[in-house]
Amino acid sequence: MAKVIVVTSGKGGVGKTTSTAAVGVALAQGGQKVAVVDFDVGLRNLDLVMGAERRVVYDFIDVIQGNAKLAQALIRDKRTDTLALLAASQTRDKDALTEEGVVRVIDELKENFDWILCDSPAGIERGATLAMRHADIAIVVANPEVSSVRDSDRMIGLLDSKTCKAEKGERIEKHLLLTRYDRVRAERGEMLRIDDVLEILSIPLLGIIPESQEVLRASNLGQPVIASNAMSAPAKAYRDAVRRLKGESVPMTIPSDRKGVFAKLFGQRAA
Amino acid sequence: MALVLAPEEPIGDWIVELDGWLERSPGFFAGRPVILDISGISLNKPDLANLLSDLNERRIRIMGIEGTDPTWLSLGMPPLVSNGRQAGVVEVIDLSTNDNAKESPEATSLLIETSVRSGQSVVFPQGDVTVLGSVGSGAEVIAGGSIHIYGALRGRASAGSSGDGQARIFCSKFEPELLAIDGLYATIDDIEPRLRGKPVQAWLDRTSMRIMMVPLH
Repeated sequence: MAKVIVVTSGKGGVGKTTSTAAVGVALAQGGQKVAVVDFDVGLRNLDLVMGAERRVVYDFIDVIQGNAKLAQALIRDKRTDTLALLAASQTRDKDALTEEGVVRVIDELKENFDWILCDSPAGIERGATLAMRHADIAIVVANPEVSSVRDSDRMIGLLDSKTCKAEKGERIEKHLLLTRYDRVRAERGEMLRIDDVLEILSIPLLGIIPESQEVLRASNLGQPVIASNAMSAPAKAYRDAVRRLKGESVPMTIPSDRKGVFAKLFGQRAA
Repeated sequence: MALVLAPEEPIGDWIVELDGWLERSPGFFAGRPVILDISGISLNKPDLANLLSDLNERRIRIMGIEGTDPTWLSLGMPPLVSNGRQAGVVEVIDLSTNDNAKESPEATSLLIETSVRSGQSVVFPQGDVTVLGSVGSGAEVIAGGSIHIYGALRGRASAGSSGDGQARIFCSKFEPELLAIDGLYATIDDIEPRLRGKPVQAWLDRTSMRIMMVPLH
């Protein structure tokens, strides 16, 4: 039975798209069939992070409006062949995303894939509500800072009231992915403590992704961070998070890019 | 943010229904701005004047009218408004369908078994509200009676909203954005820092709000 996951946060810039791509790759590397779907109509990004921006012929809206078949619009990942991308449209209006159209596409994806990852746009409007509407599982992405945490709290409220599962009286499975965690700033008390975030949001922790230059570098190269440097700290953290998502029990650690004496001396250049 | 009243025809029946509602929740409209939307019904000019005076008698203050002919509005009537948007920012938890909110027909208390999350609003003018979880930053609970929060209060709590000065607010972790009892407000600036994060109760002592740690020793 295919599972639909929404990656959501409310606030922008916390790492939804990066996380969608990374989780998608990690799931697909395990051999399961994964589709990642960009719901950010008008401001698409997932294609860039996946390095597929020059291969987008048809998009999500084309499929909804019947201009293309789903199979034509799905872009297969070059590195992981069980991973496919359904890009958002950059030129259409976000109202082109219709409730019926989304149901139809999700249902068809469910027949062909094991996991469907919906990358939600920021905010609480149409794209965001439709992205979460049919989800079985939600990954709530938050940074350890107050505005992000409050926005996430709001999204959890919406997940518990506005999704199909919630309306049927079922509980949607929710996980917290804490991203951009900076150990140095945390030690200086410049960020919210992990305990405080967990107490406020009170949903299970899926993983802690350290802030890393590696993430930015990977995005600019058009590669999900897991694929660009599999040994990097964020890649390891995302792989652990996905193992937890699949139900494995993995001890919670915060991986860091440990530098040797050489790297410390030459800092930036060696990196 | 305003409430929208959309009367249905026949107006007489609708007024009766409104009276029934007012009886169950007196004070629901007290101090709230209300927009009258008459785009769904056909009224002539005297009908509109009658409807406005009926509402006025029930102490419902209309701040604007939507969906009427601008020439009908005479001096002393509320102004015409148009294109009011449904406020998506606040969800009033619908007590009739939400399983988390347990209320019997003539209940004088409401039990919320989960947390009230940011952006959610629980309004219960008939009596006490008990929340087993926390009330998040940006969430609000408005009760006619007292408010009991077993988790943390990080949002707004407004007790005694229908004019009950005896109402109290209790929470096990005190980090509120706003407290109100019977219309008397306190923000975090009015609150002693030592009480932050503590289990407290708040009540009215005549005209000032008192806040104290609980349990009492």
